[in-house]
Amino acid sequence: MFKYIFRRTIYMVPILFGVTLLTFTLFHVVGGDPAVLAAGKHATPEQIELIRQSLGLNRPLYVQYFQFLHQIFTLDFGRSWSSRQNIWTMFTQGVGPSLSLTLPAFLIAEVLTISLALLLARWRDSLFDRVTKITCLAMLSLSSLVYILWGQYVLAYKWDIFPISGWDPSWAGRWEFLGLPIVIFVLLSLGSNILFFRTVFLDEIYHDYVRTARAKGLNESGILFKHVLRNAMIPIITRVVQEMPFLILGSLLLESFFGIPGIGGLVVLAIQNADFPVIKAMTFLSAVLYMIFQLISDVLYAVVDPKIQLR
Amino acid sequence: MKEISLSSPLPWQEKSSEQKGRSLWQDALHRLAKDKVAMVSFVVIVFYLILAALSKLGIIFSNFDLVNNEIAYQSPSWEHWLGTDLFGRDVLARAAHGTVTSLTVGFAGTGLSMVIGTVLGALAGYFGGKMDEAIVWFYTTIDTVPYILLVIAFSMVIGSGLNTICLVIGLTFWVNHCRVMRAEFMKHRDREYVQSAVSLGASHLRRIFIHILPNVSHLVLINFSLGVVTAIMSEVMLSYLGLGVEPGVPSWGMMISDAKLELSRQVWWGLAGATGFMFFLVLSLILFNDALRDALDPKLKNK
Repeated sequence: MFKYIFRRTIYMVPILFGVTLLTFTLFHVVGGDPAVLAAGKHATPEQIELIRQSLGLNRPLYVQYFQFLHQIFTLDFGRSWSSRQNIWTMFTQGVGPSLSLTLPAFLIAEVLTISLALLLARWRDSLFDRVTKITCLAMLSLSSLVYILWGQYVLAYKWDIFPISGWDPSWAGRWEFLGLPIVIFVLLSLGSNILFFRTVFLDEIYHDYVRTARAKGLNESGILFKHVLRNAMIPIITRVVQEMPFLILGSLLLESFFGIPGIGGLVVLAIQNADFPVIKAMTFLSAVLYMIFQLISDVLYAVVDPKIQLR
Repeated sequence: MKEISLSSPLPWQEKSSEQKGRSLWQDALHRLAKDKVAMVSFVVIVFYLILAALSKLGIIFSNFDLVNNEIAYQSPSWEHWLGTDLFGRDVLARAAHGTVTSLTVGFAGTGLSMVIGTVLGALAGYFGGKMDEAIVWFYTTIDTVPYILLVIAFSMVIGSGLNTICLVIGLTFWVNHCRVMRAEFMKHRDREYVQSAVSLGASHLRRIFIHILPNVSHLVLINFSLGVVTAIMSEVMLSYLGLGVEPGVPSWGMMISDAKLELSRQVWWGLAGATGFMFFLVLSLILFNDALRDALDPKLKNK
């Protein structure tokens, strides 16, 4: 097991190198002159030159690249251009609020959609199945912005069920503000989740072991919840684990709409302020998170499915 | 051994006249034509294409840029079916013109990504070896960055505007398609028909593009129609983030983003117009993609 994890970690090195090259090329080579952007619209050429020097942009590209690598290894991504805060601190402070939105919402959405998909598989091709399928497709055809706008306008503004936006840093107080974003998060994931899990279960349902179980006289629901669900664990785990990095990164739109000081809101703010270092760091960190969870999902496969051996 | 006399038709020649000589594409067309949902969604997509073309040519809804500050934010009426926006412009006309923007982003952006994905996937799958390793490394790297952040990073450094959005989507969306193409080319490169092409002296490029590509082109079409949906959705997202089309260009993304301010003034028709237009296009594209997949890949359907 540890040998496997170690080897997989080694495999990650070239990809990690690729990600550093990608972000570096994007922001230092393609991105034009960051000094002009950082200086603002009314800067004189002397001021721009000064900023260029202070940011180290007058050095050769390979020196800048090694500086970037140094930043990564020391987890010191410099400071934000707009707020002057340390980027790593911003990131670590944003994780809490982001997770307090996404984690409960994600758990609710997964349990809800997996159970619903099992029911759909149980009564496949019934009217209930077809109506739900069409509803899911229709839900997928709406932009996520529409859900947020509708939720904020109808549920918060008109019906006054939730506060429109806001944030309370204390653990007890924040739930008041998290209610609506959580509802919308769940709504947003319904369509694609139900369709995905339904396909997973339907793929499983024609296997021989299901026929055997039926022949033994087990009832259909028992087969679904005991046998099919267990055997469908691999695609479910893949999907769940692939969503994990996004939970830490938060939700760009939800956080910026509802004023939640998480990482997603941070990114939106950075885009509006053309805050290159923040976006650069977030691009890199999200890639690292993605790789870590990829590894975790590989290890989980072996835990769930004894047929898979990690070597 | 059972003897087969040559005068009677051989077992594999005993096909009904209807099935005779039908290619995969003709077969698929036949299946699509029988699929009611596919036909309806296809008609809707064609309707949008015509709407976009006529709007672009200025034949219908030519009043989309007509500013009249006196009638700002008027609710729907007989004169303006979907009301007017902040500058008194007709919302229905702007939503219709938004079709042009969305379809441009959808078709041009996805088209570019299909070209990149197909070429890289073909090279990786066909040649294998070092070439394959390099291309796989390249797309794994790009795939490691979450799509939304990748699009944001690209847009931030390249800039905003309609052409740039097409470019950004083209440069970021090709990874999945490339992976599919690579697997297909690996499967096909050792097949008999390619070997016979080799013996006829076909060059590598000829084998890739003339012999193998037509046999995997249905996957390009499926991925393309799926990509158009993602591209249209991405345009809305980018517009909200301020990385959208140039100000003044009519786009559903801009209209939906503007609704954030409009809703606080009880102005709902801008959002309704853009959402309605987008909903039917995207739904038709999704349904058509589904039907296309079933029609072109009958093995999947019979499972």
